[in-house]
Amino acid sequence: MTDQNQQETLVSVPHLLARNAKRYGNKAAYREKEFGIWQSWTWAETADEVEALALGLLDLGVSVGDHVAVIGRNRPALYWSMVAVQSVGAVPVPLYQDAVVEEMTYVLENCGARFAIAGDQEQVDKIIEAQETVHGIDHVIYYDTRGMRKYDHSEITSFADIQNEGRAAKARLSKELNARRDALTYDHTCVMLYTSGTTGRPKGVVLSNRNVIETSKNSSEFDHLSAGEETLAYLPMAWVGDFIFSIGQAYWSAFCVNCPESAETMNADLREIGPTYFFAPPAIFEGHLTQVMIRMEDASRFKRWMFAYFMEHAKEVGPKLLDGKTVGFKDRLLHSIGKYLVYGPLKNRLGMSRVRVGYTAGEAIGPELFDFYRSLGINLKQLYGQTEATVFITQQPDGEVRSDTVGVPSPGVELKIAENGEVFYRSPGTFVEYFRNPESTASTKDPEGWVATGDAGFIEETSGHLRIIDRIKDVSKMADGSLFAPKYIENKLKFYPNILEAVVFGASRDRCTAFINIDLTAVGNWAERNNIAYSSYQELSQHPQVLDTVLAHVNAVNDSVSQDDMLAACQIHRFLVLHKELDADDGEMTRTRKVRRAVIAEKYQDLIDALYDGSDTIYTETEVTYEDGRKGKIKATLDIRDATVIAKAQVAA
Amino acid sequence: MNQNAVMDKDAPYVTEDGRQIGGVMMDLRNITLRFGGVEAIKAISFDIREGEIRAIIGPNGAGKSSMLNVISGFYKPQEGEVYFRGQKRPPMKPFQVARQGVARTFQNIALFEGMSVLDNIMTGRMGHIKSNMLAQAIWAGKAQREENENREAVERIIDFLEIQAIRKTPVGRLPYGLKKRVELARALAAEPDLLLLDEPMAGMNVEEKEDMSRFILDVNDEFGTTIALIEHDMGVVMDLSDRVVVMDYGRKIGDGTPDEVRNNQEVIDAYLGVAHD
Repeated sequence: MTDQNQQETLVSVPHLLARNAKRYGNKAAYREKEFGIWQSWTWAETADEVEALALGLLDLGVSVGDHVAVIGRNRPALYWSMVAVQSVGAVPVPLYQDAVVEEMTYVLENCGARFAIAGDQEQVDKIIEAQETVHGIDHVIYYDTRGMRKYDHSEITSFADIQNEGRAAKARLSKELNARRDALTYDHTCVMLYTSGTTGRPKGVVLSNRNVIETSKNSSEFDHLSAGEETLAYLPMAWVGDFIFSIGQAYWSAFCVNCPESAETMNADLREIGPTYFFAPPAIFEGHLTQVMIRMEDASRFKRWMFAYFMEHAKEVGPKLLDGKTVGFKDRLLHSIGKYLVYGPLKNRLGMSRVRVGYTAGEAIGPELFDFYRSLGINLKQLYGQTEATVFITQQPDGEVRSDTVGVPSPGVELKIAENGEVFYRSPGTFVEYFRNPESTASTKDPEGWVATGDAGFIEETSGHLRIIDRIKDVSKMADGSLFAPKYIENKLKFYPNILEAVVFGASRDRCTAFINIDLTAVGNWAERNNIAYSSYQELSQHPQVLDTVLAHVNAVNDSVSQDDMLAACQIHRFLVLHKELDADDGEMTRTRKVRRAVIAEKYQDLIDALYDGSDTIYTETEVTYEDGRKGKIKATLDIRDATVIAKAQVAA
Repeated sequence: MNQNAVMDKDAPYVTEDGRQIGGVMMDLRNITLRFGGVEAIKAISFDIREGEIRAIIGPNGAGKSSMLNVISGFYKPQEGEVYFRGQKRPPMKPFQVARQGVARTFQNIALFEGMSVLDNIMTGRMGHIKSNMLAQAIWAGKAQREENENREAVERIIDFLEIQAIRKTPVGRLPYGLKKRVELARALAAEPDLLLLDEPMAGMNVEEKEDMSRFILDVNDEFGTTIALIEHDMGVVMDLSDRVVVMDYGRKIGDGTPDEVRNNQEVIDAYLGVAHD
């Protein structure tokens, strides 16, 4: 009954904030490491900061329904900004902080932002540059004052000044603020997020308070999240996941969000905080594993032996223990010793000693990678979601975790599989619309509320879990009609620490080929230990011994793929190692590090042709974009290698 | 004559990018420095003004580092006077000069390799420690408070120079470019009014040079620190500095804005060489 009442009043994030300030006033809501010390803010202080900013925004003239862009790295002030913007009835639009000016211009133009809140000078500069074409921005607010002194302050104000103005105007404006906050309903827009767009231009996904709050409530209950959780907010604020974890669930469950000191200190900060609820895309887990493997290779012989021995044991026993299955006494004992000698210290090093619930999503995770973390005793689970669903479509319940499925439908989510294998869902989190884009909205969401995910998958009959095969547009047939699922193969390749990224081709072709990106950290370390001199990424990537190593990896993958009846045809016949890293700045990947196949296929057409025409080497020139936006060209001659393909086992028909 | 030239341009002004340049902070008059029979500096006069970035350039062996060492008080010139803030400076030990608000970095990095970045920068706060050794040893009230204050000042510099990630790393493990940055941090920790940089970008790649240039400009802009620097990279010097002194074989052959210096025939000859008949 009381729950029911409460439910009715908690219709927006500002309402949740008010509740938390009252109920958890003295509990830490935010921490940020600055000047070497973790600074913290309680829920009461947070409510105060947000109110001051909201009043300041009112004073500045923010109207109901305005769009306010928020750009910068994860900092408490920027999270407060989003809630303050909501408090005055406006809509926060977080942008990717590493977006280049053109991308930012497009989004600012598209959402018609009237105000922008920027983290630092770098972001302000980008906004000012964007203003050459975007004319709707009335005022820019910046948080970090460094380097900002000389700017023309007629249309730029510091965050602190806005808050001070707000505090000063409290008597005058608090009535208006309360009125605006009280007017918020479940159907008001909570946030607008731009999809990273593996295809075409980014689209603004409008999420209502209903979407965000219902989803946060359901998912918090699913994993029993409490006010005691600690998370580390380090993923882009513009990504729906961060919005749900660091705002939606954090405000619903009243847990503490910790912001790292800088991107470079992320690993150290992770270790200091020891989050209990942790979220990362596979790339982060991959990076951590690579780091561990490199360090182990440098370790003494005894330590290497110990690591290998206990990890082997953990692979067998660890997941069983996590799932609560029975394990023999001897194995249990050995596991306890391993915990003391290897698993515990390793988890501590990874900053995951306290992780109670860990999720990976955004991309399929390699099974070997997934099992590595599970076997250490980290409760890593998979979830499947997208911006349009306010993250959650399916997730794995505790005790039912497997690397090849993405779990059961999240609470409140309905699933159906279309004829062509595409997965559809309908849920309380289903987005309202694409901003100013009724055509796309209509083609994605049907009148009954079913949304197409663009992914091909099926529901396993035995377990009820969803299995995703690949993007529906990527899953296709090879020339002989056999199934072609590139991502499956790529993930297998990427498990090797030496391989950072792989792109497999083969749609409508008679055989598969691949581009490989080496991992500079791993391969560089190997080169150093073996006294192999190289002067550039390009040179290292074409070193014969590196190619041999990659060849061995490809052969191993072929071997494993050949065991799979459905995908045996996807074995890689020929491959080359790319002379540059695939990069979001060059448009080859999305900001969330997903490969853009169409762009790559077009840009490297010459290389693909060479893979299929039988040539041994290929000369190529590639345009690259430097971090400061300048363009350049790199030239290279690439070797092409043939891999060993295992013939399909002849099965007597 | 020289005196007049200075007088004419003595009035404070604002640069194109909006920085305030004040009056003369340090005035070097007729400095001559000899090592035995070798004249390293021959009767050189120039000044450094409040808030400006002043570069000293010249070919190898021109006497640039010697000049910097005269400013820092390490070398005592045989002739000439140094005026600091209008006062004639008596012969001083380098630490006394440091107390007056002059800090420096070195051409060959001079850090404590075995100590952490944090501790290295803390040594830059030496001049700000007032409590006695005993109080520090037993960590008594004042010493503790002082250390907290100093640590806070150091943390602000760490934040400013974006070296948070290496705070606890021993300096010996750092790459060259970062060591240079740590050295700058240590000099800044002294909160100097005048910062002397001896080839801050020697041996750096383009990206490191760009970073360092940005930090030098930011230091000048944010803290209002006056900077005198020696540098070989002409592009960097011309971009960074307000005024440039050019030295060759211990003589001053040019002095003025980067543009003036660039078009000075004597400077061009010194750098490109002239045919001797």
